[in-house]
Amino acid sequence: MLARAAAVDTAAAADAQHGQELYESRCGGCHSLDANRVGPAHRGVYGRKAGSAPNFAYSTAVKSSTVVWEEKTLDAWLTNPQALIPGQRMNFRVAAAGDRADIIAYLRQQSGK
Amino acid sequence: MTQMIDLRRRGVLLSASAVALMAGYEKMAFAQGNGAASANDVGILNTALALENEAISAYQLGAQSGLLQKPVLEVAVLFQSHHKEHRDALIATIRKLGGTPVAAKSDAEVAKALNASALKTQTDVLRLAQRLEKGAANAYIGVIPSFGDRNLAQISARLAADEVMHWTALSGALQDPLPAKALSFGA
Repeated sequence: MLARAAAVDTAAAADAQHGQELYESRCGGCHSLDANRVGPAHRGVYGRKAGSAPNFAYSTAVKSSTVVWEEKTLDAWLTNPQALIPGQRMNFRVAAAGDRADIIAYLRQQSGK
Repeated sequence: MTQMIDLRRRGVLLSASAVALMAGYEKMAFAQGNGAASANDVGILNTALALENEAISAYQLGAQSGLLQKPVLEVAVLFQSHHKEHRDALIATIRKLGGTPVAAKSDAEVAKALNASALKTQTDVLRLAQRLEKGAANAYIGVIPSFGDRNLAQISARLAADEVMHWTALSGALQDPLPAKALSFGA
């Protein structure tokens, strides 16, 4: 119960504008919102199934995953991708919970959710 | 001419050194006998290789755009050569770890993904390169905790340092102020 309340608080306090800055500086080496690059395009990622961005060559692990991207799963993914989906290829971690929350808020905003 | 040949030889020697260095670390990874960790390390290195391939294409697009003037053009070509050295070292290490290096996308595919048709000035090209270099530095920093082989994690830090050096030079060319606070990368 407390953990759930804390998660809700984190989501409520998340700053999408700061998330955009973090996204551009930390995710932008590999990702764009509207183009598949080293990683898949991110617009619309919030709420969609893992491995479902059109025309991106995912790892087998991500392609066959049943994960749907929302607060909890994106937070787990950014904390340690390999722990959430063993065999994935991202491996990039965001250590600070507040930064993860802000990036997720930005991705949610850009997904129209 | 002699100077050019010397520079080329130096470049070859640097590449060979980098490959040999990473090949040494690869043996350590095998010695650990952790197949899952090695496989994950190969995955990280392949993602890094895709990033380096994109950077090489981006600098190629910039160099061929006709928008870069000397000495910026020469610096762009130098930075591209660094990314080629990174690429070669990564490919050698992936192969020695038993992996298959990912193929590079074509320059045309990269141009489309990076919206290169929107680049109209030298500043536009420099801004794109600056953004990509910062992203690359942060990517190398962000994967450090995920390496099973700590020696490869150290290599990742060294690659990040190269990207930061590129970012700093590009920021100087753009006359951007230096970061006001410390620890501005990886944060």
